[in-house]
Amino acid sequence: MSVLRKRWQYVVLFVGLAALFLLPAYSSESTVSFVNRVLIAIVAVQGLNILTGYTGQISLGQAAFMTVGGYASTLLVTQLGWNFFFALPVAALSAGVVGLIFGLPSLRVKGFYLVMATLSAQFIIPWITRNIYGDILHGAQGLNVPVPIIKLPVINNLCFFGTQFDGELGACVYRFATSDQFIHISLVVVILSTIVAHNISRSRLGRALVSIRDNDLAAELLGIDPFAYKLKAFFIAAVFAGAAGAMLAHNLRHINSVTVNLTDSILFMGMLVVGGLGTSLGPIFGATLVILLEEIATVMSPWVISVLPDNAAGATAALRPLIFGLALIVFLIFEPRGLAHRWKLTKAAWRMRPFSR
Amino acid sequence: MNWQLLPQFAITGILNGGPVALIALGIVLIFKSSEIFNFAHGQMLLIGTMSTWWFAAEEGMGLPLWLAVICAMGVSVLLGLLIERVTLRPMTGQPLLSIILMTLALGQVLQGLTILTFGTTQRNFPVFFSITDPYKLSLPFQYNGNPIVVILRQNLVWTFVIAIICVVVLWLFFQFTHTGLSMRATAEDHETAQSVGIRINRVFGISWAIAGLIATIGGILIATASGLDLSLSIVALIAFPAVLLGGLESIPGAVIGGLLIGLVQGLVALPTNDFFLGPAVAQAIRNSTEIVPYIILLIVLVIRPDGLFGQKRIERI
Repeated sequence: MSVLRKRWQYVVLFVGLAALFLLPAYSSESTVSFVNRVLIAIVAVQGLNILTGYTGQISLGQAAFMTVGGYASTLLVTQLGWNFFFALPVAALSAGVVGLIFGLPSLRVKGFYLVMATLSAQFIIPWITRNIYGDILHGAQGLNVPVPIIKLPVINNLCFFGTQFDGELGACVYRFATSDQFIHISLVVVILSTIVAHNISRSRLGRALVSIRDNDLAAELLGIDPFAYKLKAFFIAAVFAGAAGAMLAHNLRHINSVTVNLTDSILFMGMLVVGGLGTSLGPIFGATLVILLEEIATVMSPWVISVLPDNAAGATAALRPLIFGLALIVFLIFEPRGLAHRWKLTKAAWRMRPFSR
Repeated sequence: MNWQLLPQFAITGILNGGPVALIALGIVLIFKSSEIFNFAHGQMLLIGTMSTWWFAAEEGMGLPLWLAVICAMGVSVLLGLLIERVTLRPMTGQPLLSIILMTLALGQVLQGLTILTFGTTQRNFPVFFSITDPYKLSLPFQYNGNPIVVILRQNLVWTFVIAIICVVVLWLFFQFTHTGLSMRATAEDHETAQSVGIRINRVFGISWAIAGLIATIGGILIATASGLDLSLSIVALIAFPAVLLGGLESIPGAVIGGLLIGLVQGLVALPTNDFFLGPAVAQAIRNSTEIVPYIILLIVLVIRPDGLFGQKRIERI
């Protein structure tokens, strides 16, 4: 089944993408940074979707692998002087390798046990960044991350493509300093990762993963090696997380052991369930809705402070988990298949009009 | 190795494991009766402990300490019953993923509620036992001619004793009361239990209530030793490795797992300078008390996933 069937669907897709790429031109800085956060979360959740949605292996380690990606990319750029655009895929792969290590227990365990194994990644990896190689990783303080740049040669004393001359580097430089510029990187990565994730889901690999989720014994009888495929799923999930982590580090310009933490891992699982497990659209819906709820929590906090004035400091810190948790509970009880399922029903109803109710 | 301090650190570690064992017991209890692994346990503990503080403190109700503890236990029992009825009963028969996410979501909601009601500031938890007057225990061993003396803070010893008393009381409850018997029957098989007239919904409710109760006791015991703030819910996560080390279904396993985790944490903190990989590694190992339970967890999962005393799972095709 092809993804896009009609000409108007292509038109809508490209108009939508163009609108997103041109977002900094017509909207405020806070909107752009909001969209940027959503985009980075989408990449992480797409990876988690491969592991949890398709393969059925529950993981609470996604934020830990993001930390790995962020640190790896930062170290490649600052210590080895790489360009961010080469460091990003390498950092993603290194996070993937770490993901493989924590996927090893999936050889013997599943369910709760695997949650615990990935949860231990969530404690061990930040601990390593705090306590080991203090001279490079700077302990709990963390690292400052440089701005990603593109260097172009100077032609006839002119700089092209919106770049500006930088005397120190002796080249034309485009700096992805704020979310206004960074959003283009995130958009490209999100588009690539969504295409990759969607195509994995309908390839031989994806079908093998789904068969492991549905019945691992039957999958094994069909000649699928569950352990090898589970490890592949862990690797892919961690690669996506690593890419998201590298982007987050370079967007925030700073990373330490708590930049992404256990709460974020839980958030990613929540986004996946709210959006819809095992669908390519799910991560997009889920990440958007959950981060929108976080924004609502921030907006609501002055009102809460006016009601409970002696607790001003904790209002936002209280509302975020509260609203997210309630939303997740509501989705788990009333719509466990997520927004993507609802979207599918709406689409079917539209196709069947006027015979649908 | 620092043989002089070894007994000191080992015994302190085991004593610290007492509250961990108690918390682990609550998780095992819920898992045994309803096959739900409660990731919100840390937050239940946090709410129980915070409400103890609130009932006892001058800013709150200002009740005497014993009454405050009893009131907080009441709160946690109600909370346990409410959680089971409102959020987990609709999930009966749902896949594992949904149930795990439900407890995680519950943890987030409880975290938010705790911050909303009690704020983010660190609280001075009432101290139950004298800090200034530690117990001294002389061991019948000598090292380099020096007698080995173990110095134990009073609160550590009494915390351990209370935790063990709770464990024994719970064991007696399971072994010798009618409700305990029906809980054991439910843990064995839901349908069989129903067919002999046990209302398993009631059993689920009771096990959540008891779990909330002993989580509160564990939280109070930890808070008297190390103060009270929001990080208490993270401290409670150490109970998860204890549960898996002991075996998910085993009550004695949870206790022994908790004590072992405490022991290993104590031993890791032992100051050594002549470690064979050099002082930097020795320093890192000494700092690793917070992650060593999780390293044990990974080893247990790879080598012996059923834990020390858990049931062997045999998958039939």
